Amino acid sequence: MQRTVFRNRWLPYALVAPQMAVTVIFFVWPALTSLQLAVYRVSPFGDRSTFVGLDNFTKLLSDPDYYASVVRSFVFAGGVTALAVLGALVLAGLATQKIRGLAVYRTLLLWPYGIAPAVAGIIFLFIFHPAYGILPYFLSFVTAYDFNWLLKGWVAMTLVIVATAWTHLGYNIAFYIAGLLAIPSSVIEAADVDGAGPIRRFTAIVFPLVSPITFYLVVLNMVFAFFESFGVIDAVTKGGPGQATEIMVYKLYKDGFIGLNLGSSGAQSVILMALVIGLTVLQFRFAEKKVTYR
Amino acid sequence: MSAVDTTRLERVQARVLVAPRRRRIPWGSLLLHALLIACIAVVVFPLYFAFVVSTQDLQQVVQRPPRLLPSWHLLENYAQAWRKANMGVMLFNSAVMAVTVAVGKIVISMLSAFAIVYFNFRGRMLCFWMIFVTLMLPVPVRLMSTYEVIGTLGWLNSYQGLTVPLMASATATFLFRQFYLTIPNEMAEAAQLDGAGPMRFLWRFMLPLSWANIAALFVVLFIFGWNQYLWPLMITNSEAMRTVVIGLEQLIPRSGTELPTWNLIMAGAMMALLPPVAIIIFMQRWFVKGLVEAEK
Repeated sequence: MQRTVFRNRWLPYALVAPQMAVTVIFFVWPALTSLQLAVYRVSPFGDRSTFVGLDNFTKLLSDPDYYASVVRSFVFAGGVTALAVLGALVLAGLATQKIRGLAVYRTLLLWPYGIAPAVAGIIFLFIFHPAYGILPYFLSFVTAYDFNWLLKGWVAMTLVIVATAWTHLGYNIAFYIAGLLAIPSSVIEAADVDGAGPIRRFTAIVFPLVSPITFYLVVLNMVFAFFESFGVIDAVTKGGPGQATEIMVYKLYKDGFIGLNLGSSGAQSVILMALVIGLTVLQFRFAEKKVTYR
Repeated sequence: MSAVDTTRLERVQARVLVAPRRRRIPWGSLLLHALLIACIAVVVFPLYFAFVVSTQDLQQVVQRPPRLLPSWHLLENYAQAWRKANMGVMLFNSAVMAVTVAVGKIVISMLSAFAIVYFNFRGRMLCFWMIFVTLMLPVPVRLMSTYEVIGTLGWLNSYQGLTVPLMASATATFLFRQFYLTIPNEMAEAAQLDGAGPMRFLWRFMLPLSWANIAALFVVLFIFGWNQYLWPLMITNSEAMRTVVIGLEQLIPRSGTELPTWNLIMAGAMMALLPPVAIIIFMQRWFVKGLVEAEK
């Protein structure tokens, strides 16, 4: 589409200047220095740095601890995504049936998105608390198993997954409700006339129609779980017990910020960058598809 | 027609005549409501429980079986948590951070989208791609080097350090760009004919049309700013600059020798989550619009 174009020699540059300044100083430049850090080794006192090529990467990739953190990240992100996306689909599916009170139900389902993952983590920390928590208390009637997250890694992982998924549920529900309301009711009614029950209508018609949204939400939830979930880990488990919840981002923070191992943290940054670029490309693939389908 | 058939016909007719008077119970939708309410109860429970605990005294917090009803200690718990964690300062810092980041992102995105849509200039596509690239560089992937930049600028423990580096926004820029492209071209032509310059056009015509988008973005970006964790943790280390989301954690009794003052922690958590949650509930329409449209 051809726009009416204003003519001015310096004004457009002045208009983009603030955005460009922030982008270059705080995004592009640090990203480039991260790349640079990844191929240097800095002496413990920070006074000398030597070019070491891909040494930092080979060292990192031969470290079983790093692989363990990669696996944990995928378990964490997969758990959060499965719980938050599937839960949202079911809840939005129920709420958009032809019943009264959609607005009320929607409000009741959306608000958890306002809660910071770290704050949600603290609430769930108390619910899971081995001594005072309500969950271990009720579980103790069912089983003698000790659900102590301070001792059992998988309980700690469940705790952070549930807390993170809880905060992200409202986000996914907002998308699904918008998508489900956009499905023409004639399509559903036609299936109804053909004798399809509610479950068949959902699996044969509704689910395929919202599958682009599902794909998009899966990618977004993965990005969220990988890159924005530092808070819940730091506030609740600090990566523990042992290293059971030490996901990639937390390991990067620990090695770089606390361990001051700049080379390794640089290499870890680069690997995470590749991951986020891959996920962003996937996300925009979807955006393109949505345009052509219209 | 046989006698049997006649009676059957009459019976059917009778049923048809009677049917409208009998109210059918809509079992299907009752079941739906029941299912929804059950699911919502599960989703709401953690918050309800946090609130309940924040109103109890220490004895009620640790009592077995757990008490699931509110008690009468709300005010004293909130007052005590407020003093103990320096809540006033932390909430103020969070508010400054959330509002400044949201307003800053909106302003600079609006300006750059305007430049990209309404001007032809050398480097326009480069700007566009640079903005796009920020999407691929979340804080963790440039953690150490960004910290160094902030240190060099002398912005550690400062409001500008907390806010300015978060102000670049690809999603907000794309949203404004998308919106400008829906504005009929005739508007800009008419403005030019009337002798209005670009800034006057932006201020008098585009800004008034953008309020719905601005409100929607503000809600989403306020929540984004308020809930930041890694950034303030990295940029601030003084008590005076701490935001509420990172400050809350220090209330948690980690060692066994401390009192399990979970009622105070939950009071703090309620104070930390109330502003963003209230904004979602009261600005729900804008929130949904901002969320769904900003991601397109």
